[in-house]
Amino acid sequence: MSMDTKTLVDWVLGSDAGFWWRFAGVAAAWALPITLWVSLVGLISIWLERKISAHIQCRLGPMEVGPHGALQTIADGVKLLAKEDLIPDGADRMLFALAPILAFAGTFVSFAVIPFGPDLIITDLDTGLYFLAAIGSLEAIGVIAAGWASNNKWALFGSVRAATQVVCYEIPMGLAFVTVAAVAGTLSMTEIVEQQNGMLWNWYLFRNPFMPLAFISYYIASLAECKRAPFDLPEAESELVSGFHTEYSGMRFAIFFLAEYAAMYVVSALAVVLFLGGWYTGIAPVDKALAASPLWGNVVGALVIITKSFALIFVQMWLRWTLPRVRLDQMMHLCLKVMVPIGMFVLVFAALWQALLPYAGALNGREALYPTLGSVTGLVVFLVLVIGGWMWVRGVIRATTSYKTANYRT
Amino acid sequence: MDIDFGTIMFFALAIVAVVPAFMVVLARDIVRVAFWLLASLCGVAGLYILLGADFLGLTQVLVYIGGILVLILFGIMMTSKDPLHEKATASGKRSPVTGLVTGALVFAVLAAVIVGVGFEENKGVSGGEPTTTKLGEVLLTDYVLPFELVSVLLLFVLCGAAYMARRRREDAHA
Repeated sequence: MSMDTKTLVDWVLGSDAGFWWRFAGVAAAWALPITLWVSLVGLISIWLERKISAHIQCRLGPMEVGPHGALQTIADGVKLLAKEDLIPDGADRMLFALAPILAFAGTFVSFAVIPFGPDLIITDLDTGLYFLAAIGSLEAIGVIAAGWASNNKWALFGSVRAATQVVCYEIPMGLAFVTVAAVAGTLSMTEIVEQQNGMLWNWYLFRNPFMPLAFISYYIASLAECKRAPFDLPEAESELVSGFHTEYSGMRFAIFFLAEYAAMYVVSALAVVLFLGGWYTGIAPVDKALAASPLWGNVVGALVIITKSFALIFVQMWLRWTLPRVRLDQMMHLCLKVMVPIGMFVLVFAALWQALLPYAGALNGREALYPTLGSVTGLVVFLVLVIGGWMWVRGVIRATTSYKTANYRT
Repeated sequence: MDIDFGTIMFFALAIVAVVPAFMVVLARDIVRVAFWLLASLCGVAGLYILLGADFLGLTQVLVYIGGILVLILFGIMMTSKDPLHEKATASGKRSPVTGLVTGALVFAVLAAVIVGVGFEENKGVSGGEPTTTKLGEVLLTDYVLPFELVSVLLLFVLCGAAYMARRRREDAHA
C-alpha cells in the first residue's frame, strides 16, 4: 500500500512535485487516518468500558448524553479540554510535560506495522514483529517519567510498579513472539497473516498442540503490558490514589487515557494477527472470493480484523470488572515461575514440532497428513484448556463460603 | 533542493545522538541524565536504521531503551534513600586532573580502535532479502561458538544475580 500511497500523492500533487512535498504527502495520507482511528478507538472503547462495567455490576451506566450515553465520551473530552492544566510546584516541569507525549508516541508508532487488511498496512517491515517488541517499552518509559516528575509518593510507587511489571512481562510476551516467528519463519506481519489462509483450523492458534498455550500466555502478558486489571498495580485506585497519573489533569491526563485505550487495541490487533488469522474470516471459500477483488478484500478484511480486535478488547474489559487485583508478589510469581517456564516449554516443543514433523512425513510418505495432525491436536488442546479452565474456575467458586452461604438458586 | 534526503537525515540523527550525549555529562539531576541518555540512544538507533541495519537499530531500542534504561531508572528509584528530594548526582570530591586523564585515555583507546578498523564501503550484504535472514545464518554457522558462549555467560550472570539477591535461609524466618 505504501506504493499505492505514493501513486496517490503523485496524482494529487503532480509527478514533478519536490521530494519534501511528496514526503509530507505520504506522511499525511497515513498520519491523518491513523490519528482519527486512534481517537475513534478511544471514544468507542471508553464508552464500551463504561457500559460493560455498568452491566456487569447491574447498573445502566451513562444514559443521558446521546442514545444509551454514546456521546458521553465526547462530552467528557470537552470537559477535559476546558479543565485547568496543573503542574505541581515541586515537579520536574520538563519531564512532566514530556511523559504523556512519550507514553502516547510509543503506542502511536506501533500502528505503523499493525495491518488493517491485505494492503492496508503503513509499512510492512521485514522486522515488523521485532519492531513491535522493541517499541512497546517506550510507553513504559513515559509512565516512569510521569511518576518521577510528579514529585508525589503515590505517583512514584505507581511508576516503580510499572517498571517492575513491564520488565517482567516482556519475557513471556517475547517468548510468545519467538514461538510465532519460529512457526511462521518470518517477522513480517502480512506474511504471518498470509500463512493462516484457509479454514479456521489453519490459524496459528490451532497450528500445533502448543500454540493455544502460547496464545494464552501472550494474552495474559499483554494485559500486564497494558496495565489492565488484574494487573493494574501501577494505577491501583484503592491503594495509590490513581498511581502514576495522580498529578495529571486536563488534556495531559486525557492523553494518558487515550494511550491506554490505544494500547489495548494494539495488543488485541496483534493477537489477532499472530494467532487468530488476521483479516481472514476462517471460512476458506469466503476468503477466496474476497481475495479476488482487492477492494472488497481490504474493506471486509479491515472489518474482520477490527471485529476480532474488539472481541478481544471486550474480554479485557470483562476480566477487568470480574477479577480482583493481584498483589505485587503474586504478579512476580505468576510471571517468573509460571509463565516463563510455560513459554520456554512451548517455544522448544513448537520448534521441535515444526522441525521434525516434515521429516517424519517424508519418511513414511504421508506429508499431507501432518498439517492436519497439528490442527486436530491443536483444536483438542484448545478445547481441553477452555473447558478444563471453566470447570476448574467453577469448582473454585463453588467451594467458597460466600457461594455456599448465598442463596443463588432462588 | 539538491541536498540528499539521506544526508539531511544523517545530520538530524547525529544531532539527536550527540547533543543529548553532552547533556548526559552536564546535567545535574540523575533522572534527567537517564532521559538525555534515552534521546541519545534513539539517535544512534536511527543512524543504524539509516544505514540499512534495521535489525541492529531495533535491537538497540529493545536492549538499551527497553531493558537497560528502564533498569537504570528502576535502580535509581529503588536505591535512593529519599527519591523525592535527593535528586542531584552524588558529587564527591572532584579532581579535574583525574577527569581529564581518564577522558583522554578513553578517547585515545576508542579513537585507536575506530581508526584501526578501516571501514569498507557498504557492499549491500543483504541484497534485497531481509537482513534477519543473513544475520540468522551467520550467527548459527560462522559465529556459532561466540554466540553460544555469550548465551552461557548470560546464564551464569543470571544465576549469579539470583543467588546474590535471594534471601538467606535464616533471614527468611526472621
